[in-house]
Amino acid sequence: MTSTAIDIAAEASESRGTGITLSGVTKDFGLAKPAVDDISLRIEPGEFMTLLGPSGSGKTTTLNLIAGFESLTSGTIEIDGVDVGALPAHKRNLGMLFQNYALFPHMTVAQNVAYPLRARRVDKETIRRLVRDVLELVQLTGRDGDYPAQLSGGQQQRVALARAVVFNPKALLLDEPLSALDRNLRAALQAEIRRIHHEVGSTFVFVTHDQEEAMSLSDRIALFREGRIEQIGSPQQLYSAPESLFTARFLGDSNVFALDEPPRSGTATWQGTRWRVDAGTIAAHPGVREHAALVVRPEGLGIAQSATDVPAGMNSVRGRVRDIEYLGSYRSVQLTLGADVPGRAKIDPVEQSVEVGDDVVVWWHPERQRVVAA
Amino acid sequence: MSAVIEVAADQAPPDSPAPSRRRRRSRGIDRPPVWQVVLGVLIAGYLVLPALIVIPMSFDGGITFQFPPTKPSLSQYVTFFTDPVWLTSLGNSLLVAVISAAVATCVGTAAALGLHRLAGRLAGLARTVLMISLVTPAIVIAVAVYISFLQWHLVGTLLGYVLAHAAIGVPFVLVSVTAALSGFDARLLRASASLGAGPTRTFLSVTLPLISRGIITGAIFAFVTSFDEVVIALFLRSPLFQTLPVQMYNSVTAEIDPTISAASSIVIVVATIIVLLPQLIRRPAARRPPK
Repeated sequence: MTSTAIDIAAEASESRGTGITLSGVTKDFGLAKPAVDDISLRIEPGEFMTLLGPSGSGKTTTLNLIAGFESLTSGTIEIDGVDVGALPAHKRNLGMLFQNYALFPHMTVAQNVAYPLRARRVDKETIRRLVRDVLELVQLTGRDGDYPAQLSGGQQQRVALARAVVFNPKALLLDEPLSALDRNLRAALQAEIRRIHHEVGSTFVFVTHDQEEAMSLSDRIALFREGRIEQIGSPQQLYSAPESLFTARFLGDSNVFALDEPPRSGTATWQGTRWRVDAGTIAAHPGVREHAALVVRPEGLGIAQSATDVPAGMNSVRGRVRDIEYLGSYRSVQLTLGADVPGRAKIDPVEQSVEVGDDVVVWWHPERQRVVAA
Repeated sequence: MSAVIEVAADQAPPDSPAPSRRRRRSRGIDRPPVWQVVLGVLIAGYLVLPALIVIPMSFDGGITFQFPPTKPSLSQYVTFFTDPVWLTSLGNSLLVAVISAAVATCVGTAAALGLHRLAGRLAGLARTVLMISLVTPAIVIAVAVYISFLQWHLVGTLLGYVLAHAAIGVPFVLVSVTAALSGFDARLLRASASLGAGPTRTFLSVTLPLISRGIITGAIFAFVTSFDEVVIALFLRSPLFQTLPVQMYNSVTAEIDPTISAASSIVIVVATIIVLLPQLIRRPAARRPPK
């Protein structure tokens, strides 16, 4: 890329980034199962897409395939409509942020940030200007002469961020960039990454195993499980309308009732208890017709002292209070639901009076439940 | 590596070099007991003194070896630096050492980089083969080199010396560069690629600077190995081309020439300075980017 191209791209601050399309992407390392198994995914220009999943679910391999660090076993990856399968990593023009920062220890902050510009033979004057601007963007003005080892972890990751966006890449790939940082720094850098996403307007592909991080940052989340995408959607969709038990459990807390049989004609039964189930709360996942579970989030549960206190039209189940934690804005109540199912409810800290050991009736509105594939 | 960086960053700013006495106390280490110090000095003396005896001997003006020197004089040095036989052999030694160290450094570094990427039995085998000259008796190598070089008409030539000495220098480079690579974070290569740098630029501006200390150390050892190598050099010598160690050997076997004490002193001092070079280089570097 020439310096003028960078200038133009950098100054077109409303540039909306690049679309990335994965079709039938498979990566087989020759182990028992392919690490990435026939994934198709469209990442929209300017989107903040998170690849979320437990370790070994294929999310990092997918990112490495996009970056060009691994070669495809089959399938295609298109960036900006161009098949990049044969393109080596250094020609893909993607920025990348690594978990261990991967700063060059023998170069100063300024030299690190200038590195991608020097590789593109940008002239010195432009390099100086762009480095200054981007260090301002990540709030590290004045640290350009320091070596990485003289900076804190958070500062190092900000340098890495500056280095990864200074050449205005087509997209930014982030490989668990916050997991090496402590909790406070992580929150600060999350805000920073979101701000820079807004300011740069580029496509971000973010890999993490931390569901809270994924929820707070992403436009959309692709949830990975054993090399496949379990579910894809906005954080709200994944949280409030999970398709499977895996999704429901991975994002947030859930009270889970493994149903006796798949719901039929508006009702579901669990250990003999009958509940009302509206069609709108049943997942479209085909697995629902074989093994179904009903899940309710802790904040969807209410607690009543007896069946007569339960509002009309609610689903309910008998329970016992095992423990109560006071957490300021709410109380977290540990429950035993039915005979032996552990559960949790978040209830108002002042209004309701419950004691440990109480036999109670736990209820919820049928709209707050979700029947998912177990 | 990231953990190390973090720890370093969390500690006090590295721009206040504490005197070593205070550092020792702050690390909570007691001074070693007297008997250990005495024993240490004795062992050091046992190792170093025999080599150092030659230095006072070289300042004697006699025509045979004298210790302790009776007639202080610089005549040995005058002979060494005026006699064309000594000077030529010194020049030959330096020439052979520099070129063979350069060859050994290139080959050894390339081998270390290649083997670093390989895993498994084949890589181990290749590594062992490359190191074999370290454990083979010098005379065996010398005879083998002599027999093959006779056929190739390399005996007594600069090229012959360079090839033979480069081969015995490679293991030193291989070892020190391999050690440097073990501390090298391969993820930096991916970072460099993601930033748009091709393999050549990545090698020159990331890999090479970060393993340079290992390369320099290996080069120095290869140089010194060649500079004081005598067994192979004896086999390869010709009336027209011989190295300093060979000339020294001649001077004590054919005649009793005390100039050898000056030559030996010079070799000791030069070798010591060269081996200490990495230490001297490390000091200012360590102050700059603390690792």
